[in-house]
Amino acid sequence: MVIELVLMANQNKAIKISQKHLLGIQDLSIKDVNYILNESKQFIDLNKSKNKKLDILRGKTQINLFFEPSTRTQSSFELAGKRLGADVMSMNIGNSAIKKGETLIDTAMTLNAMHPDIIVVRHQDSGATNLLSQKVNCSVLNAGDGRREHPTQALLDALTIIDRKKKIEGLKIAICGDILHSRVARSNIYLLNMLGAEVNIVAPTNLMPRDIKKFGVGIFSDMKQGIKDCDIVMMLRLQNERMTSSFLSSNREYYEYYGLTPDKLKFAKDDALIMHPGPMNRGIEIDTNLADDINKSVIKEQVELGVAVRMACLKIFCE
Amino acid sequence: MMKKKIFLNAHIIDPKNSLDEKGGLIVSENGKIEAVGKKVNKNNLPSREKFIDLDGKHIFPGIVDMRVFVGEPGYEYKENFRTLSEAALSGGVTSVVTMPNTIPVIDNVSIVDFLKRRGRDKAKINIFPTASLSKNLDGMNMTEFGLLQSKGIIGFTDGYKTIQNTRLMSRMMKSAYDLNCLIMQHVEDSELAKDGLVNDGIIATKLGLQGISDLAEKIIIERDLSLLEDFNCRYHISQISSQKSVNVLKERKDKVKFTCGVSINNLSLNENDVGDFRTFLKLSPPLRTEEDRLALIKGVNNDLIDVIVSDHKPEDEEQKRLTFAQASSGASGIETLLPLALELFHNGSMKLNKIIKTLTCNPAKILKINKGNLNIDNDADFCIVDINKPWIVKKENIISKSKNTSIEDRKLQGKVLSTFVKGEELYKL
Repeated sequence: MVIELVLMANQNKAIKISQKHLLGIQDLSIKDVNYILNESKQFIDLNKSKNKKLDILRGKTQINLFFEPSTRTQSSFELAGKRLGADVMSMNIGNSAIKKGETLIDTAMTLNAMHPDIIVVRHQDSGATNLLSQKVNCSVLNAGDGRREHPTQALLDALTIIDRKKKIEGLKIAICGDILHSRVARSNIYLLNMLGAEVNIVAPTNLMPRDIKKFGVGIFSDMKQGIKDCDIVMMLRLQNERMTSSFLSSNREYYEYYGLTPDKLKFAKDDALIMHPGPMNRGIEIDTNLADDINKSVIKEQVELGVAVRMACLKIFCE
Repeated sequence: MMKKKIFLNAHIIDPKNSLDEKGGLIVSENGKIEAVGKKVNKNNLPSREKFIDLDGKHIFPGIVDMRVFVGEPGYEYKENFRTLSEAALSGGVTSVVTMPNTIPVIDNVSIVDFLKRRGRDKAKINIFPTASLSKNLDGMNMTEFGLLQSKGIIGFTDGYKTIQNTRLMSRMMKSAYDLNCLIMQHVEDSELAKDGLVNDGIIATKLGLQGISDLAEKIIIERDLSLLEDFNCRYHISQISSQKSVNVLKERKDKVKFTCGVSINNLSLNENDVGDFRTFLKLSPPLRTEEDRLALIKGVNNDLIDVIVSDHKPEDEEQKRLTFAQASSGASGIETLLPLALELFHNGSMKLNKIIKTLTCNPAKILKINKGNLNIDNDADFCIVDINKPWIVKKENIISKSKNTSIEDRKLQGKVLSTFVKGEELYKL
């Protein structure tokens, strides 16, 4: 099994990715995307097997640099690196020099001097990973920058959809919730559009980014209309601070109009799947029973395939 | 006493005196304009008199830049009076209006003395300092307009801040009306523009940056112009950035008296130039759409906008080598104001005479200063320009202490060859 994988990986080596860094879906070609998704598929079974360890990245150093708290993305990247045999170091920003006023560029230079092969970065500012990538010699993987992009999330979402629906082209997909502040939404819009899906955006106008229509998506502030006949309903997390800054009035009103309930889900196709990048606010953006409904919800599968996608990305961008 | 200087065969543009003709300029021994225009030619000169032939070159009055940030006091590492003056001279600028956003803020009489002394000792150009509208720029308490003005303050502004409180603004206008003071307002509703980084539009959405709606500007302009209807003090909108604002000016121009400026950045660049998070293009007001840019050009051409400024805001590298959200806003630009404005002439957007007018006599008129002209017996402040000379803006050639130019690597056409202040050649290419 393992040998087989390594062989396949070697065969694929001839196909190169067009980018040095993975900063966003925007930068990728459809060929790049298919390459990453195909590579990812190989790791799905491995992750379910007893011996999950490969040595593809043996001797390579991976640094996880998370300026924002993260559970699933950070652990997913950490696990992915370890399963490929890389030496993984996760920086705890809370105790680092950043707290002492070091700038992002200086942190980057410092880490760069340690000769890592890949740096995985999450930062609260849009464009932070772009800035960092200009200052280091190794590849940079964006694990989320501000509200701009979260490419591996979009890739794992696509992989999940393909896994269940066998295709993306022609599917009708609704992305619902706080689009304005969501990097997941932006990356998914780029990727799903690229792969031929019809994308609807559902959000209260207060949480709808300006001119998003120009991205080639349908715009809805009425959720029932927005998810009508959809194959996939992708919910986004609502951050609580949005209430205090008057984007919205209350959780209960939001749930009433934008929470995914069985009632609203009826408007989607009968076999529609529910997705959520996590972490979930049960009872705010999604009905708790729906979130756990194994026939409809693929939320756990998203997490599972996330590791496979990140393994593929680490492997490809480490080369 | 200096030697008399005679320049012949130049193309002289002096909108104040309706001069736009081939002619000469004579600078007297005490640094004043002795004669100017077509009547100054070889035939009218004693044959043995030495002269400088400026065939193919232009002479403009020294430029008056109405919006300049200088680092003194408090931010000397960004720009001091000496470096500002060197940079200005290389761009043909001989008079500047400095903003009060310093440490300490220019908001009381005692600091004005210091400022004037520093300006006089270190700068070779004419410095016209403003004071803040509100004490310590707090937007709550008025400064002493009358006393400050009597000490030589040219006008009142909170620089890159806006008086948000409508009641206070109304009272400031009444005081300014009583004391005949000039108010220069940066127009932006701070709540609507809160945390904003770029124009609110497709670029903001794409880059994932908080947008600044053009309504934030429009609302303050409408508010202020409404307040002005009651007490029409001398009121100047520091800079506008959008088509919506131009439309408001058009609607109100007949009803109330005011003047308006625009930054050369907003006339020459648009939101697409922000590109891949270029922090040097983080400006206030933000760069907006191409339609907005074109509307601003039209606004200048239709006399709705009176003045073009550099909005020179030097920032050291440490303030720009950050993420877009963390970086300071503003661009250094005093030395490229004229060359970049000439681009608008070369690409057919504006007439040369109009450009020079917005850079010389228009600002002087608003400020009520005898600058930006070639009046006989006035100080000989002028520049000699080759309006066709091609060059490229390079960071390493920037004279200002801070190198944060918004137009790095831009190919420009037109360069200042010499700049004179009070008849003395203080810059030579």
